Amino acid sequence: MSNDTSSPKVNYLNNDYSIKSWLLTVDHKRIAILYLIAISFFFLVGGLMAVLFRFELATPQGDLVSAETYNKLFTMHGMVMVFFFLIPSVPAVLGNFLLPLMIGAKDVAFPRLNLASWYIYMLGGTLTIFAAISGGIDTGWTFYTPYSSTYANTAVVTAGIAVFITGFSSILTGLNFLVTIHKLRAPGLTWSRLPLFVWAHYATSIIMLLGTPVLAITVALLAVERGLGFGIFDPNLGGDPVLFQHLFWFYSHPAVYIMILPSMGVISEIVAAFCRKRVFGYTFVAASSLAIAVIGFFVWGHHLFLSSQSVFAGMVFSFLSYIVAVPSAIKVFNWTATMFRGSISWETPMLYVLGFIGLFSIGGLTGLFLANLAVDVHLHDTYFVVAHFHYVMVGGVIMGYMGGLHYYWPKITGRMYNEFWAKISFLLIFVGFNLTFLPQFVLGQLGMPRRYYFYDAEWQTLNVLSSAGASVLGIGYLLPVIYFLYSLKNGKIASQNPWGAKGLEWEVADTPPDPHNFHEIPVVTEEAYAYAKEAH
Amino acid sequence: MSEAVPLKIYYRIFSALMVLTAITVGIAFVDLGYLNTFVAVSIAVLKATLVLLFFMHVKYSNRLIWVFASAGFIWFIIMVAFTMSDYVGRTWVEAPIPLP
Repeated sequence: MSNDTSSPKVNYLNNDYSIKSWLLTVDHKRIAILYLIAISFFFLVGGLMAVLFRFELATPQGDLVSAETYNKLFTMHGMVMVFFFLIPSVPAVLGNFLLPLMIGAKDVAFPRLNLASWYIYMLGGTLTIFAAISGGIDTGWTFYTPYSSTYANTAVVTAGIAVFITGFSSILTGLNFLVTIHKLRAPGLTWSRLPLFVWAHYATSIIMLLGTPVLAITVALLAVERGLGFGIFDPNLGGDPVLFQHLFWFYSHPAVYIMILPSMGVISEIVAAFCRKRVFGYTFVAASSLAIAVIGFFVWGHHLFLSSQSVFAGMVFSFLSYIVAVPSAIKVFNWTATMFRGSISWETPMLYVLGFIGLFSIGGLTGLFLANLAVDVHLHDTYFVVAHFHYVMVGGVIMGYMGGLHYYWPKITGRMYNEFWAKISFLLIFVGFNLTFLPQFVLGQLGMPRRYYFYDAEWQTLNVLSSAGASVLGIGYLLPVIYFLYSLKNGKIASQNPWGAKGLEWEVADTPPDPHNFHEIPVVTEEAYAYAKEAH
Repeated sequence: MSEAVPLKIYYRIFSALMVLTAITVGIAFVDLGYLNTFVAVSIAVLKATLVLLFFMHVKYSNRLIWVFASAGFIWFIIMVAFTMSDYVGRTWVEAPIPLP
């Protein structure tokens, strides 16, 4: 592999500055930037909604917003965060940018389809904003029937159509990645040499492709029942509301793995680079991604333990939910083993790795409580569940996303961010996150239900702690916006490979990359993360 | 890439799909009891398979395409089978405490 520092000045950012060149681009790197901007916007929208209802929950009585508005706020927060931030975050931004670079390809397999995915995403996002303005939606992001199909007087159909449309963006991205990984790998880049980020995205793409159509059909059925009166979920019309829960969670539980797997891929890249070691148990980490993708489809019934689901199905789903923890644990143990006797450096991306491992472990282990049939009777639909999935989705997914954004920022922009402020930001996010969600475990254990507008006065202290944490968390997330934007003009120029990392994206591609990624197709001659060879 | 498929194949498959549609409609007027759903779904699966194999060229594609096409079916079966474990299994194991 060459390390050409006399790279040409032309790169994907400066080869054309026109707006048209951005909006009609088929360059995967520019499409990644388009996604980054759009996703950041939706993250801001979803975050502001969370801040609002956390302020509301600072007191037991309703005083800031009305009960109806409160219902709409937490619904829109969930919907925006899940469908428009968490699911596309790592794959659409970092995956789009890095996959072709990591496998030595000029672009993804279907560049136009890639741009179409972004436009479809934007169409879905615009409709969601329209739904929020035209009455909002108050069903909870899960759209449970019969409330959503029969009783809710809000913009359910518009929101459903938005989710339906956005699903296709996800399906097309998954399809694009699968074909790209199968067909466009550089000579010598065998499956056993693939970076773990690529393996993670391969597994994620399988879920996107096989799961997302079910969500689309489910919301379509909901719209058909609501609009045309077909009996699908309404018992009065011969339907079954639990069927909705089955169909919804058949996608939406694996969707958790759509969110977390790509972040796990990011963690594998960073942990190797900042420990100067090959990821311990490479094969197991790669295989565990596929195992999560497959087993993740067999566990959805744990969301239905307290519906009328049969005890038999409950026992099966409970057992399988314990099983799915195994591949996740394999990853956590292997990252930890990678750090053992590694030459660790403590730049910001590595801090996010530690944050991910710690917080995801708490999120994963508390998931085991909820997978237990008897314990779930007490904890179901309490704040314990809210805390659990935020530890996975925010503590896991966003830690990985932020870590990846910092790690690849020099590659994406050609500039270094301010390390001091990045560390301060990480600290605020870590402290703010725990302050927000640790008290919610206690609240849930004490029996405080989720999605309630009023609550018992004895729970106020813990709620105030949680709301205070949300404010700290909000500031923590705003800081990167400032120092990242600042770095675009004033940041130190990044060298070709500022972290001294292995991989085609760092060692061969320019920083920032050439519009066509590589001047010549690279040939891979070594395994991924061959840091050991360097050391000896 | 798939080979060029003779036009007559498409016409045959189209005819088969039309005949199967007519059968679906016709059989809807006959009460087959328990078999009602089974027959309707079987015909639908047969039609989907024909579309997949011929119109979508899976029959003429390589093994990798077969694997992914099969995965779609397998995942569908997973969804149906585990959902049915709820509906069918409701009488298999009694809840320790009877629900009110």
